[in-house]
Amino acid sequence: MLAEILRRLMATLPVMAVVAIAVFALLHVTPGDPAVIIAGDYATTDDIARIRTRLGLDQPFTTQVAIWVGRIVRGDLGTSIFSGLPVSTLIGQRAGTTAWLTLFAMLISVGVGVPVGVVAAWRRGSWIDRAVMVFAVSGFSMPTFWLGFILVYVFAITAGWLPVQGYLPVASGAWPFLSHLILPALTLSVAYMALIARMTRASMLGVLEEDYIRTAFAKGLAPRGVLIRHALKNASLPVVTIVGIGFALLIGGAVVTESVFALPGLGRLTVDAIVRRDYPVIQGVLLVVSGVYVLINLVVDVLYVVLDPRIRY
Amino acid sequence: MSQLTRRRFVAGATTVAAATALATPRAQAQKTGGTLRFVAQADLKILDPVWTTAYITRNHAYLVYDTLFGTDEKLAVKPQMVDRHSVSKDGMKYAFTLRDGLRWHDGQAVAAEDCVESLKRWMKKDRFGRLLAAHTAKLAPADRKTFTLELGERFGPVLEALGKPSSNVPFMMPARIAATSADEQIKEIVGSGPFRFVKDEWQPGNQVVYVKHADYRPRNEAPSGSAGGKKVNLEKVVWRYMPDAATAAAALAAGEVDWWEIPPIDFIPTIEQTASLATFLPDPLGTQGWLRPNHLHPPFNNKKARQALVAMMSQETYLQAAIGVPKYYRTCPSVFACAGPYASKAGAEGLLHQNMERARQLVKESGYDGRPVTVVHVTDIGFLSGAALVTRDLLTQAGFTVDLKAVDWSTNLAVRAKKDPPDKGGWNVLHTWWMAADVMHPAVHFGVSGAGPGAWFGWPEIPQLEQLITEWVRATDQPKRKQLAEAIQRTALDEVAYVPWGEWFLPTAFRRNVTGIQKFIAPLFWNVSIG
Repeated sequence: MLAEILRRLMATLPVMAVVAIAVFALLHVTPGDPAVIIAGDYATTDDIARIRTRLGLDQPFTTQVAIWVGRIVRGDLGTSIFSGLPVSTLIGQRAGTTAWLTLFAMLISVGVGVPVGVVAAWRRGSWIDRAVMVFAVSGFSMPTFWLGFILVYVFAITAGWLPVQGYLPVASGAWPFLSHLILPALTLSVAYMALIARMTRASMLGVLEEDYIRTAFAKGLAPRGVLIRHALKNASLPVVTIVGIGFALLIGGAVVTESVFALPGLGRLTVDAIVRRDYPVIQGVLLVVSGVYVLINLVVDVLYVVLDPRIRY
Repeated sequence: MSQLTRRRFVAGATTVAAATALATPRAQAQKTGGTLRFVAQADLKILDPVWTTAYITRNHAYLVYDTLFGTDEKLAVKPQMVDRHSVSKDGMKYAFTLRDGLRWHDGQAVAAEDCVESLKRWMKKDRFGRLLAAHTAKLAPADRKTFTLELGERFGPVLEALGKPSSNVPFMMPARIAATSADEQIKEIVGSGPFRFVKDEWQPGNQVVYVKHADYRPRNEAPSGSAGGKKVNLEKVVWRYMPDAATAAAALAAGEVDWWEIPPIDFIPTIEQTASLATFLPDPLGTQGWLRPNHLHPPFNNKKARQALVAMMSQETYLQAAIGVPKYYRTCPSVFACAGPYASKAGAEGLLHQNMERARQLVKESGYDGRPVTVVHVTDIGFLSGAALVTRDLLTQAGFTVDLKAVDWSTNLAVRAKKDPPDKGGWNVLHTWWMAADVMHPAVHFGVSGAGPGAWFGWPEIPQLEQLITEWVRATDQPKRKQLAEAIQRTALDEVAYVPWGEWFLPTAFRRNVTGIQKFIAPLFWNVSIG
């Protein structure tokens, strides 16, 4: 198993290389010029040309790629064109917020979505099942920014229970930390909660039709034991896949949530960098995020083996 | 379409003045200490106020750095770091002596050499600074606290240049930092201003933190603009960047922030209805909108086609579409800020009365061949988007075929720098805006430059304008300057260097426990207290 994991890790390197070069190429064909943005309103054409030279933007594309890849190999993600701070520092400042937000959102999604999906499947056709389906459709349909503002209005402005915006690190205390994450995580989780509930229900419906489940009930086992120990374990592979994909999607979806709640996360760092054409930051963030995606996929593959020993790679 | 009348102009100006006066947050018994949480207009990414002209960097620099001279509420230039100065009888030699007790944030004493190096760096970047440099024979320290500036040619507005309030402001830095090339960003943020920048707590895209500079010695005068005593009452100032206006509004209402620099105008009525909140017009000078034709390419390389832009102009229409609330805008038939000393209606008849018939006639006389006119349409800044849509409508009425080119602001910055023809990525018309402080007089006003390749985007080549600007900076008496400014305006509008489409005012919002906010073009944090 360990050898397999190592082999898969090594296999991610070419994937990362392709991602890196594709990102670099994409950025350089999009319109916009950081030199012009830096130069400002009073700049002459000569000023802009000088800045472009200093940033190396006047070099041929292949030279720029070679310089950047050389830096990456040395573990240097570069420096922000605007702030002058190392990209690794900027990512370090933001990664914690996005990681906690994503983790909490996924905990809520799984913690609510899976039980709700199991119950809906068990009570198929009942009002509970129909209510779950209504919730699922609503959850998919609600725009994140709209839900965020509604939650802020109800819980922060009207009730005053939770803060409107911002982020405090764990070191600031358990409640200050949690209180700043509850609304954003809830906002971000609703769509995935609905997705996981639907997927769990669908997967469970198939498993609950199996003979061994009928046998388990016939033997007089308690419904909870049958549902969780026998049915859910066998229905969990598609759910694990969705959770894995969901993690990746949550990182992307965090952009809107981070903006609505003014959270200093990777999503906003990326958007701000794109708006300003801060190439080193965009490239650095996308490289790191793509690495996280690859790792999540690897974890999902490993979980398949754990959940179903018949699976071999 | 509505046209400007004198009565309407006066009414607009009076409304704004009254709103400003009524809303001024009076300084009550000032408390000391505390942290003020401030929502800034933009994300502070660049820390060097000489390297960039970005207003957010200028605002940051007003906390960290000090200036030799300041500009007070009445636009008068007053000494700030300078204790005394003298001018030789022939007006060609200036000597400046620094105040006692000025210290950098690293504890070192401010020396004349620091100021000389800072000015030299600023003179390489700033338009006004470059004009001053071109007239300067020698700038050097005389002793530890005194430096001299010897002119090679007469230059009237020396003190105005040194007290220039808007970007690039001549902020003072230690000589070792000011020695950095003007094309490179400084790496160390050490000023002698009333607040110290806390680099370790700076998170671009989220927050900037400043703490009181304990060694700062303010002038013993009442504060006024960037002049007077900068008495610091706050221990700490935290700037937050909130890209979403609704979030900032909710945070202000909930008391999570204390002061929101520029709320969108459509949020103002709600803020004004909230008992714990107040609004205030900090910059009574306002902001000026521009329609800029590209002088390099047809049809606007033709003077008559450009003059059609003036004939079709209806500032009221632009302001209604772009700003919307009459309380916060006014028509202004002057290329120089209407609140400033050079405001004039000279040569502005075309701006006073829209004449679409004449616009159509001028288009015909220009020999316009029907090729599409590319109007850059910035879609992510509301007032620029509104202005572009009005321009499309008016150009069409005047007989032009219009192609709206939708871009975001960053793409606009790249597009506007292109000198290529419109069908190869270039442009014909763009819209932008400047704070009134940046269009106050000919030495700072980019719209009246006719320097061709050296002029602002659009590159008008009008040698007469350059000659008049040179005469203006060499003039030493105000009536002569006023006369030259009028001549500059006449020429700029006759050649249609650009077309101003009015002025507007941006209120600020704060919680009522914040006192001492001053009128100025940038948010100032000295004199401010939080209860």
